[in-house]
Amino acid sequence: MSDMTAEQKVKFYQKGTFTVGNRLVDQARRSVQASMERSNAITSGHRACQGCGEALGARYALDTAMRATKGQLIAVNATGCLEVFTTPYPETSWQVPWLHSLFGNAPAVASGVAAAMRVKGRQQVRVVAQGGDGGTTDIGFGCLSGMFERNDDVLYICYDNEAYMNTGVQRSSATPPTARTATTPAIGPEPGNVFGTGKNLPLIAMAHNIPYVATASVANLHDLERKVEKAMAIRGARYIHIFVPCPLGWGSAGHDTIRIARLASECGLFPLFEAAHGEVTGSLPIRHKVPVEEYLRPQKRFAHLFKDDDGSARIARLQRMADANIKRFDLLRDVEETPL
Amino acid sequence: MLKQIEGSRAVAEAVGLCRPEVICAYPISPQTHIVEGCAELIRAGTIQHCEFINVESEFAALSVAIGASAAGARTYTATASQGLLFMAEAVYNAAGLGLPIVMTIGNRAIGAPINIWNDHSDSMALRDAGWIQLHAETNQEAADLHIQAFKLAERLSTPVMVCMDGFILTHAYERIAMPDQAQVDAFLPSYQPRQVLDPADPYSIGAMVGPEAFMEVRYLAHDKLLQALSVIPEIQQEFKEIFGRESGGLFHRYRLEDAETVVVTMGSLAGTVKDMVDERRADGVRIGVITLCSYRPFPLDALRRALQGAAKVIVLEKSLALGFGGVLATDVRMALHGVDTLVHTVIAGLGGRPITRKSLARLFGRVERGELKDPHFLDLDLDLVRREIDNQRNQITAGPIAENILRDIGPRATKVG
Repeated sequence: MSDMTAEQKVKFYQKGTFTVGNRLVDQARRSVQASMERSNAITSGHRACQGCGEALGARYALDTAMRATKGQLIAVNATGCLEVFTTPYPETSWQVPWLHSLFGNAPAVASGVAAAMRVKGRQQVRVVAQGGDGGTTDIGFGCLSGMFERNDDVLYICYDNEAYMNTGVQRSSATPPTARTATTPAIGPEPGNVFGTGKNLPLIAMAHNIPYVATASVANLHDLERKVEKAMAIRGARYIHIFVPCPLGWGSAGHDTIRIARLASECGLFPLFEAAHGEVTGSLPIRHKVPVEEYLRPQKRFAHLFKDDDGSARIARLQRMADANIKRFDLLRDVEETPL
Repeated sequence: MLKQIEGSRAVAEAVGLCRPEVICAYPISPQTHIVEGCAELIRAGTIQHCEFINVESEFAALSVAIGASAAGARTYTATASQGLLFMAEAVYNAAGLGLPIVMTIGNRAIGAPINIWNDHSDSMALRDAGWIQLHAETNQEAADLHIQAFKLAERLSTPVMVCMDGFILTHAYERIAMPDQAQVDAFLPSYQPRQVLDPADPYSIGAMVGPEAFMEVRYLAHDKLLQALSVIPEIQQEFKEIFGRESGGLFHRYRLEDAETVVVTMGSLAGTVKDMVDERRADGVRIGVITLCSYRPFPLDALRRALQGAAKVIVLEKSLALGFGGVLATDVRMALHGVDTLVHTVIAGLGGRPITRKSLARLFGRVERGELKDPHFLDLDLDLVRREIDNQRNQITAGPIAENILRDIGPRATKVG
């Protein structure tokens, strides 16, 4: 047995990739999470579900922002899972000053906080606003566009789990075609969410010509940290859209959150890219391209696609969307082993 | 300093004297001249250390104000009508968070049918949101109330709406005694927030409260407004000591001595009513006026005492609770609960319908003769209304009421008197 183990080719996923801490690589390339000195914006004990992608994404994003600002950070939160699972009074997970006002106004509230800091000559205090995809792409969209258009000094982070999870998994404008939600049930002639709908908020953000837009994923935490750090070094309106799987809403295993997030990018459905002033400045190439089936199959919200020929046709259509992303962001270009 | 000045401009200048730090606004008639004035005063450097933010909606305007106020900035915005309703969710939120934002309402009707003229439907719709609501009778008072409003808001850590009649006050030029900076500085201390977003002392503000404490939190918000019943007169007195004039308070009394009939009203209408009262008094009629300044909190006890000697009360209001009747009248009846006083509800001036001396004379005459039915709609064209009721009854596809009414009226100018 021990001989077999010795012969087995062990793959250290913590090395050369972007998983927790990168503890096996040299100091300079480790993630902040590997440091004993790391900041802690959201402390443990909150009430997120097991395997919550949003909790992970928010902790990494805000820890990085805290580090980048040397703790001079104020967070504004839209109503949603993140707000609910981190706070019910008198408990709070937030180690930063934190304000929740309403579902649809986090960008505007953040603009107000930034204005107050500016007028008080405390520009070193930076502002991060955050919300889920519903709070961002739907109900908060007007305020977000306004904040972008004014180029207010706010980093807005959207934690995208592709539906209204806090209210019980209803469709949002970030829900992908075919996905089953409580309001797009997997029944009828076109089960799940329909094709030809939804909006791509990173591209819309870019259309505002704001200084920085990026997509990120909880499967690439080092990349996520790098993007948040970069965003915090810039003044003006910035937008980061983070892909955060939701085991509850997607019908996936809690321990598969990172794997599913990785598959979403590796299949091309969730491209990781950056843009400055409306122009794409870079993308993270796909390292091991996978067909969309591999991403779809572990999620119950797509289970109906695997039942018949019609489902296969719709999978093919999703594959075409993934391929279009790959082409658009040049995700299969030749690169060195480690892009960072 | 006396100035011949538009009401909106006076408000903008008065707000400027309060050393605001963040002003955000979305334009809506009849509030526009106020925020244009603020923008200009900031650009010109007259108001210093202040950010002016042009936002994309009223919902954003108050949301920006919420963020700025929670971060410790003295914050101001203004709106009206549809704008106030569009920000309704944030109106409740600002009060719930205890943020001392001051907001002007240029009172205007609510559609449909869309109507830009004055009545009190807008602020009435948000009367229970937890804001203090002060109504200005004149432009002098509108300017003065803003200065008082910041002090009141910050002393109680609660937001204040200063309501002024759209166009009638906002666009009227009057002679106004504009306060100077030294007076305002002496009156209004710098803003010390009760809670503030500060990395050195991080609070979580706006978290969830469940059934175990929500009642108590709500009760405390109610109690805070009741505290305002004593703070408003205190601030009125402090204002008088520095500026030398009466402005604000719970309500104004006019010729109440020995009055058998008292008209209770709110806002600019009081001017016309006072003129009429002078006329009736000259004819020997014992009539007086109470002009409410503080609508929320509503001064139940003080009003009850003030109305003690009256046999008849005429509540003259620019608001209507559809399917119910008077709004202000209901509150006044509450103040007179258990007292044998006849209270008349008179709905007047909706959507900017002029309230003329002639109409008021007719009204008072009918009250004196005991002919008034309750509620009374001042200058309502009953024949016109009845024709349209018949029309609607007779054909299901009768079409839009507003269009039918206007077709029926024909090419006639706005009905006056």
